[in-house]
Amino acid sequence: MRRRAGVGAIQKQKLEQEKYKEKGSEIQENQFQQMCKQLEVFRENLEDFASKHKNEIKKNAQFRRQFQEMCAAIGVDPLASGKGFWSVLGIGDFYYELGVQIVEVCLATNYKNGGLITLDELRSKLIAARGKAKKHQDITNEDLLAAVKKLRIFGNGFTVIPIGKGKWLVQSVPGELNLDQTLVLQKASALGTAWVSASILTGDLRWNETRAQNALNHMVKEGLAWVDTQDTSETLYWFPSMFAECVSA
Amino acid sequence: MDRFEYIEARLFEGENYLKREKGVKIYDGEDKTQYVDGEVILTTHRILWGKAGDIPKGLTCLSLPLYYVFCLEEENSGVFGLGGPKRILLHLGPALPGKRPGPAVVSPYHFIKFSFKDGVDPLFFKALNDAVNAKAWERTPQQQLTSSESVVNTSTKSPVTPVNSKIRSGIVGIERSIEEHHRATDESISVAFQDLRKLMEKAKEMVSISKTISTKIREKQGDISEDDTVRFKSYLMSLGIDDPVTRDAFRSDSDYYLGLAQQISDMMVSVLMDCGGIMSLADVWCRVNRARGLELISPEDLLNACKLLGTIDAPMSLRKFPSGACVLQLNSQSDEEVAKVTSQLLEENGSLTPVKLSQLANVSVLLARERLFTTERRGLACRDESIEGLAFYPNLFLTKAA
Repeated sequence: MRRRAGVGAIQKQKLEQEKYKEKGSEIQENQFQQMCKQLEVFRENLEDFASKHKNEIKKNAQFRRQFQEMCAAIGVDPLASGKGFWSVLGIGDFYYELGVQIVEVCLATNYKNGGLITLDELRSKLIAARGKAKKHQDITNEDLLAAVKKLRIFGNGFTVIPIGKGKWLVQSVPGELNLDQTLVLQKASALGTAWVSASILTGDLRWNETRAQNALNHMVKEGLAWVDTQDTSETLYWFPSMFAECVSA
Repeated sequence: MDRFEYIEARLFEGENYLKREKGVKIYDGEDKTQYVDGEVILTTHRILWGKAGDIPKGLTCLSLPLYYVFCLEEENSGVFGLGGPKRILLHLGPALPGKRPGPAVVSPYHFIKFSFKDGVDPLFFKALNDAVNAKAWERTPQQQLTSSESVVNTSTKSPVTPVNSKIRSGIVGIERSIEEHHRATDESISVAFQDLRKLMEKAKEMVSISKTISTKIREKQGDISEDDTVRFKSYLMSLGIDDPVTRDAFRSDSDYYLGLAQQISDMMVSVLMDCGGIMSLADVWCRVNRARGLELISPEDLLNACKLLGTIDAPMSLRKFPSGACVLQLNSQSDEEVAKVTSQLLEENGSLTPVKLSQLANVSVLLARERLFTTERRGLACRDESIEGLAFYPNLFLTKAA
């Protein structure tokens, strides 16, 4: 090979390097697309198998474990029973499966909504996560309510609250484990005002209206907050426990 | 599609006519193209496509050198695959630099399809397969050396020497081998998912493929899905139980519940420690069932099993709040422990309100008040109830009285 020297050679080399790099990323990009395609194939097939061969998969312990591993890696839900004849009578796994999926959606979103979610939103999230097959789309709000009913024996830690006609709110975090009030108090003490309003909570903590109002109402009920309607724009909630700090500050 | 070249329909030196088909449509990957109802000529070196009658006249047509093709398959169309295969799918290597201009500069696909109006003639498919495997273009360079017309020859022929697919070197070689690797994976996936028995046989391989795919995708875009729920699901399932306890394995219900209790306690210890030592029973039920996979347990079974946690000396127990909510909590959250920890906090802070404790211990206000009441019941705190609310002080009778 000819010996290379001089600025021209260096520039050439640089150019070459760049080209190699370009090619490299091109290959990588290509490979990534292939992987995505394979992921899709996997997902479709796993979803298909989960709904068709559930009982066979259950029988073989080793394979069951492997199937679960695959589902976990790809993010497919192995629980995909249809609403068969037996589920009308409340027998069979259908409603248990739904129950598991309902709680799962609540758990997964609870960092955003504090354990409060409307039934409609819950349904759309559940269906999206369940898979693309047609029968998953047919799950109705009534199915969800029936599934939640089965969780009633856990006490009222998981409840459905009717809010107006045909609308429900699912509460997945029992009051004892709800940290929203603590967050409200933290907010108030951070502001140094000894009061907050619903708009502060929705604005600063990115809560939705229901969550904010719920937390505040609860605190009023518990005697932790006092209502102040003198402000013209909205109701303020004062925390007597912080009066002393505010006065001394 | 970017592998095609425009060229006049003429055979090269050493190239032989093999077969001809009519009524052929070209697909660029999955997409239809404007090249419909044409005529295809298969030679030892290339596939030529032209409008009906163009090729015999020697007019410009599309040419696909066979060295791009490294694999081909027949594709069935229609729901039941009636009437035999209609299309041939050709997997192509990447476009080589220096190729003649063609109908497309870039294409997102690495395969094309020829669709035959009257179905694929098995003879044509076989001839194509043979021609690809025979690799006639690898032999020509030597012939060209001896041929006096070699100069003319190379100028008409596509100007690059085709890559010898056996000796894999250079970037093209790498690309090809990656390509082939993908193909092999694709194929084994499609074979494995033909039916359940095959999947069982190949389960181990499939598990590792699925894991590689998901790690690769995670590396690239952070996670396999943007959906919170899907991510959470995949996380929950990855904490699987190897051998879930089932009712069939036990003679009596009480034995079954004991076994279940043991398994729940084994599984939940670390989870509970991670999330503050307390969890609502609905959450526990969801997690347990996700870990079990397809062997679901009913809420009743879980409740019954949790009631037995005390009898097997599990490090956790079932608890019912006055509000009616059931939770599973670690024994470190038992009344004694709670009272001890809370009284220590009382000493440190001088006094505590439920609100303050909730912030110190990062628990809800309700639970904080509950803890203070517990401490009070044990005589370790004194209540101060006033208009400002409820506060608790350390019990000085215990320390100062003597």
